[in-house]
Amino acid sequence: MLNEIAFLLCASIILAGAVGAMMLRNLVHCALCAAGAFAGLAAIYLQLNAEFAGFAQLLVYVGAVAILIVFTILLTRSTELQPGAVHHSSSWWMGLLVGGLVLACLVGSIMSSPSLVRLPSQPASAPVKGIGEQLMSQYIMPLETIGLLLTSALLGAVVIAVREPEKSDPPAR
Amino acid sequence: MNGLDQVFVRLCHWFAGLFPASVQPLIACIVAITAIMVVFASCFALTTIVERKVLGRMQNRFGPNRVGPWGLLQPLADGLKMLTKEDIVPYSADKTVHFLAPLALTVPIWLAFAVLPFGRNMTAVNFNSGVLFFFAVGSASELAVFMAGWSSQNKYSLIGAMRAIAQMISYEVPLVLSTVPVLMLAGSLSLNDIVAAQGTYTIGGLARWNVFTPWGLAGLLLFLIAATAESNRSPFDLPEGESEIIAGFLTEYSGFKYALFFLGEYLGLFAITGLAVTLFLGGWHAPFQWLEWVPSWLWFAAKFGALIFLFIWVRATLPRLRLDQLLNFSWRFMVPLCLINLLVAVAWYWSGAWKSVVAMPVRWLLCAALIALPYHWLGRALRSASQSPRKYIYAE
Repeated sequence: MLNEIAFLLCASIILAGAVGAMMLRNLVHCALCAAGAFAGLAAIYLQLNAEFAGFAQLLVYVGAVAILIVFTILLTRSTELQPGAVHHSSSWWMGLLVGGLVLACLVGSIMSSPSLVRLPSQPASAPVKGIGEQLMSQYIMPLETIGLLLTSALLGAVVIAVREPEKSDPPAR
Repeated sequence: MNGLDQVFVRLCHWFAGLFPASVQPLIACIVAITAIMVVFASCFALTTIVERKVLGRMQNRFGPNRVGPWGLLQPLADGLKMLTKEDIVPYSADKTVHFLAPLALTVPIWLAFAVLPFGRNMTAVNFNSGVLFFFAVGSASELAVFMAGWSSQNKYSLIGAMRAIAQMISYEVPLVLSTVPVLMLAGSLSLNDIVAAQGTYTIGGLARWNVFTPWGLAGLLLFLIAATAESNRSPFDLPEGESEIIAGFLTEYSGFKYALFFLGEYLGLFAITGLAVTLFLGGWHAPFQWLEWVPSWLWFAAKFGALIFLFIWVRATLPRLRLDQLLNFSWRFMVPLCLINLLVAVAWYWSGAWKSVVAMPVRWLLCAALIALPYHWLGRALRSASQSPRKYIYAE
């Protein structure tokens, strides 16, 4: 009973956040709604006893990705769209088509997945220790590869972003 | 154990026992939540007056001394003033976000107290990954600061929020990295396990706190510096630098919302101080074996108070940093030193197996040198970098 109430609460937060992120006119509002949806997802993970996944979701998505999105919006364009103006893309049917295809793929693969079969009451839990050991033994190669990739991406971003002032420039003051 | 040690635990059990068995867990939760909120809210009131008194003493003036005996009722007067003040929302502000920002800052910070062990058997929630939980809920405050700064539609607010976020992101890295050696050597992410790992005593009767090792001492100092920056306190109070940007993201807040921000800031400081006590200062354990009779929660409170006093002292002593100095200090000094500290902890761990009379001092000297030499070199490099005139790349 309590579980159902908690699930409905989290699910409604996620759905409301997602709908808000799509429908609102102000881009920053959209980003904040998306952050709310991320937090709701973390709550669902916690309800499923996946502590690590839940906390990592909160740490990475609410703490970092949402900030990244917000900064991107602020640094790239004006946040306010013209009030009253209608913003329709001429290629909206293409978006609908792609969205429908993705939805069909997801629904198809979820419905045919073996994990849908309900197992007789097995306490689902992924202790942090187990995750750590798996990451350091079986999945060490993917982990290292991702680490290298992210580091090189970081260095690349810095190289692109930092523009050294030209030597011939007179000092500013 | 003596009765005084467990008095709060017993009180909670007794109170929950008054209710039918089915609601007892819920009642125990509510009691724990109420206790934490009451204790730390009064702690907040107390800290405001203590801070102003101590700052006054250190700056050779009296501090508040008009309201009540020795000015002790000052927090009450401040609270009444905040509550009755008009709540002004700017005309062009984004009303909803402006309203939500103080809540989004304060609520997650209350959550962080759930995992701190305040005494023996006095942890509200014992998560397997308590440290992770602590940092996860702490990371939500960056978004709240952004919400406050952006929704005010004010240049100073936005600049303050940008500074705050840049600072919090930069110092979150050393903050987390400095805790990693503790987690590695305790072999657990649960704060209760970390406290238990520091609960034994050496032959001399001295406790095995992490701070009594070279990596632990360095880790504590790095952690405290990062914590000062993370909670936007002087000398890292650029987000509110009043001589430059009025009050940063707090500029357009007044009345009770401002009080909520203030509360959130202090609660963040309390939570992070509690974590420092737990990770490095042995949590609720006594420093010597013969002092075990003192109740565990009293030890926690004493260490907590000492660290808070240290923060106030630092605030009274150091001037504010410049933004480029702040970021340089984090990325060129704190982060490398945290990584080196990780290696020192590994060296300490492996040299623990040495069996000889001279092993202990040699081990100590080796590890202390491993951290002290990089400290010296990094500091010199930083000095030459920070004393050169600032280069403006984007502001042309």
